[in-house]
Amino acid sequence: MIEALAERVNADADLVRRGRTLTTTFLLEVGETAFLISIFEGRIAAVTRGPFVMPSSEFALRAPAAEWEKFWSERPPPGSNDLMALIRRRVLRAEGNLQVFMAHLRYFKEALAKLRPARARP
Amino acid sequence: MTAQFEPIVGRYMRLDLFGRPHRIYVEEAGAGTPLLCLHTAGSDGRQYRGLMNDARVTSRHRVIAFDMPWHGKSSPPSGWHDEEYRLTSAQYVEIVLTVMAALGLDKPILIGCSIGGRIALHLALGHPERFRAIIGLQSGAHVDPYYDLNFLHRPDVHGGEVCGAIVSGLVGPDAPEASRWETIWHYMQGGPGVFKGDLYFYKIDGDIRGRVAEIDTRRCPLFLLSGEYDYSCTPEETLAVARSIRGCDVSIMKGLGHFPMSENPDAFLNYLLPVLEKIAGR
Repeated sequence: MIEALAERVNADADLVRRGRTLTTTFLLEVGETAFLISIFEGRIAAVTRGPFVMPSSEFALRAPAAEWEKFWSERPPPGSNDLMALIRRRVLRAEGNLQVFMAHLRYFKEALAKLRPARARP
Repeated sequence: MTAQFEPIVGRYMRLDLFGRPHRIYVEEAGAGTPLLCLHTAGSDGRQYRGLMNDARVTSRHRVIAFDMPWHGKSSPPSGWHDEEYRLTSAQYVEIVLTVMAALGLDKPILIGCSIGGRIALHLALGHPERFRAIIGLQSGAHVDPYYDLNFLHRPDVHGGEVCGAIVSGLVGPDAPEASRWETIWHYMQGGPGVFKGDLYFYKIDGDIRGRVAEIDTRRCPLFLLSGEYDYSCTPEETLAVARSIRGCDVSIMKGLGHFPMSENPDAFLNYLLPVLEKIAGR
């Protein structure tokens, strides 16, 4: 399912345009499952599923699978509707060089929301 | 073609605050009981455009919103370029009371959202006799910082982009697209460091947990309205404040977020109008 990120983000020309100065690799952890997500100039270049021996990334976003499941639902409940809401409840841990994450916060929010059911996507 | 003007009129007011001259932008619409509106951190008085454009409110109320110093069309004071903006509780109280005195407002209804909802609690505690009633939107006694506020003001993160992105999820899911993005746009237009400076009050200096239970609603009625989807001031935090104050009237607004009057004015008015009715009937 996470692998669908590339196709969905890259199909959104406005999102890619807003990410045109963003080139990075970050680690996404959904419970025990890790993914390395590489972005080149706003396009998702690769989504690689772990496990990894020595994953190298700019920053990491880590949350329990049940929390991501709520975030990726069609109408997420209060407290699960936004990355900052998960951070506020201390269930999403953002770690590493967060300058990249914060400088492109709208991009990351909208890119990850692409994993919601079709009708609920930005 | 004839120009379609809204009923809102704006003017600039010269005002001394903290012993320094300020230029403050004030807008208003309607006639009747004064209803003084306080905007959220990092935004401005445009958040109340929905109230000012609704005849159900303006037929009986003089709705007034001013931009705080450093916000919207109000200037920072001369010398600002060498200072760090940091809002304190004492300054915020002085701003509200000085604006009221300058405009000659006699016992207005006060409505404030977020930081405005917090200072509403401070005013309900310290100056209840000055208000006909106080309405706190997204009012909590305290919010712990939940992200590094320094990201709001540093040269390698665009201030407008990050302020807009920080608050975007605080808009409730049912907000009409135009109102949602207008609300976010106001944040994107804030001056460098202003949102961060407001949050000094919201997250550090303005903590009123220890005293909120002393608010006496017999001296000034207190109404709290909070959006269901607000994760900055959560419904639980508003309900905790309400439970600690005898006689406090509280409602949780379904589907709404942190900016009810701006993100979804129509839905918000379904909750506000009955409150205004109650105040008028007292």
